[in-house]
Amino acid sequence: MTATRRSPGGRFAIAPHRVGAMVLRHWYLLTSSWPRLLELVYWPALQLITWGFSQNYISQNAGFFARAGGTFIGAVILWDILFRGQLGFSMSFLEEMWSRNLGNLMMSPLKVSEFVISLMVMSLIRLAIGVVPMTLLAVVFFGFNLYGLGFALVAFFCNLIFTSWSVGLISSGLVLRNGLGAEGLAWTLMFGLLPLTCVYYPVTVLPGWLQIVAWCLPPTYVFEGMRALLGDHAFRADLMVEALALNVLFLTVSIAVFAALLRSARIHGSLVQTGE
Amino acid sequence: MNTTPIALTPGPAIEIDHLVKIYKASRAVDDISFRIPRGSVAGLLGGNGAGKTTTIAMIMGLVRPTSGRVRVLDHAMPAESESVLGRINFESPYVDMPSRLTVRQNLSVFAGLYAVDDVRGRIAALAAEFDLGDFLDRPSGKLSSGQKTRVALAKALINSPELLLLDEPTASLDPDTADWIRARLETYRKTTGATILLASHNMLEVERLCDRVIFMKRGRIEDDDSPEAIMRRYKRETLEDVFLDVARGRGLAATP
Repeated sequence: MTATRRSPGGRFAIAPHRVGAMVLRHWYLLTSSWPRLLELVYWPALQLITWGFSQNYISQNAGFFARAGGTFIGAVILWDILFRGQLGFSMSFLEEMWSRNLGNLMMSPLKVSEFVISLMVMSLIRLAIGVVPMTLLAVVFFGFNLYGLGFALVAFFCNLIFTSWSVGLISSGLVLRNGLGAEGLAWTLMFGLLPLTCVYYPVTVLPGWLQIVAWCLPPTYVFEGMRALLGDHAFRADLMVEALALNVLFLTVSIAVFAALLRSARIHGSLVQTGE
Repeated sequence: MNTTPIALTPGPAIEIDHLVKIYKASRAVDDISFRIPRGSVAGLLGGNGAGKTTTIAMIMGLVRPTSGRVRVLDHAMPAESESVLGRINFESPYVDMPSRLTVRQNLSVFAGLYAVDDVRGRIAALAAEFDLGDFLDRPSGKLSSGQKTRVALAKALINSPELLLLDEPTASLDPDTADWIRARLETYRKTTGATILLASHNMLEVERLCDRVIFMKRGRIEDDDSPEAIMRRYKRETLEDVFLDVARGRGLAATP
């Protein structure tokens, strides 16, 4: 027999070679398709330019917008990290469904945990391809340097990407269980958070009862923190810690939901019939 | 092809015990039991909806049984699948490999998943064995049916599996290509001592490859023996005639 390397033992051990193989598979796909690469860059750039010029126009009237320069642009970029992070996760998963490759993967030694980690890595790669050009455009067109946020940006990014993976896990689990008929959820689920997480306005704008809902969502803390930083030049570490605690809860729940949906898919035979 | 024999261990390659799968109101697999000894080639036969694919899916751990027990290479499935999946492989027309990736890229990815040590060497050996050289660097989606089947079999042998599960391996192939594929499977089995479980509608294929056949109908096992013994029992010259007898409900009593 061909010599094969031993994988790390234990139910929860992660084999880097299997994660690497999955990342390689998606890297091959991305680099073989210029429309896929273009799609990653096109929409974020369009969003930034539209909102950036809108902010320039509005800020000509003094008041909040003049004081909080870059708030809109910052919100657009951070929202894209949240949305594109989830999309990068879900799209990589959907590629396996579209290519009818899921059976091959589920039959291979690839563990579900390794599959999920590879989707997380791909979400970061796809995000970098889409958002880095966007941030450079923000510097060139609007003089907004996202990287100037320093450590705060790291805190914002980590909290947003954790939430994006949670939503990605749940939307992918729903597609796994219900087939490609549920594909639309992968594209739209995150938009449910858009009004509630107060991307473009402060939480105080919401009615009281909706504010309670908003504070249950980790991205709300990030967008409030971003406004505090850009408007008042204050880094709210307390908000970031609270967001992180909520993210731990969200990720734990979403992993449990994904595992339950996968188990249900095995019971109902959905892995064998991955069509609509 | 790699010719190092697989070390045999005492237990059967596959052990199915009172296996049942119920989807809503339909019993796709209805209390079946069988054992496939190591080194043998067994055929799982039956018409559409007989329960073959569901049985194979439960053996692979893709579908969870409603009740009953599946053991593969001495491990319970799906509970101990992590000890098994690296040692088995499968090929089926119901799954594809990513169509935009070239054949070489696809085989490299699967070699990574199965932790093959010498990836280049293994791909070169499989390319020589399955005559993939002309299209190794072509996207998998642009291959003909015959070429796709050869690539799928190369992927199925990438880890030199101890157990190979094949679901309609020669479906939609012309007779020449199908014969060529069967010859490769025979060689693999003879040189490695691997176990093969084959679901097929092609009775000639089953007669040629299998030393045992299991006839399924409506989720149950109708008969289970060597092809010769079954043909003798049904007083038929070919397995195809036996298949028709079983499929049309002409039991042993009604055969000539």
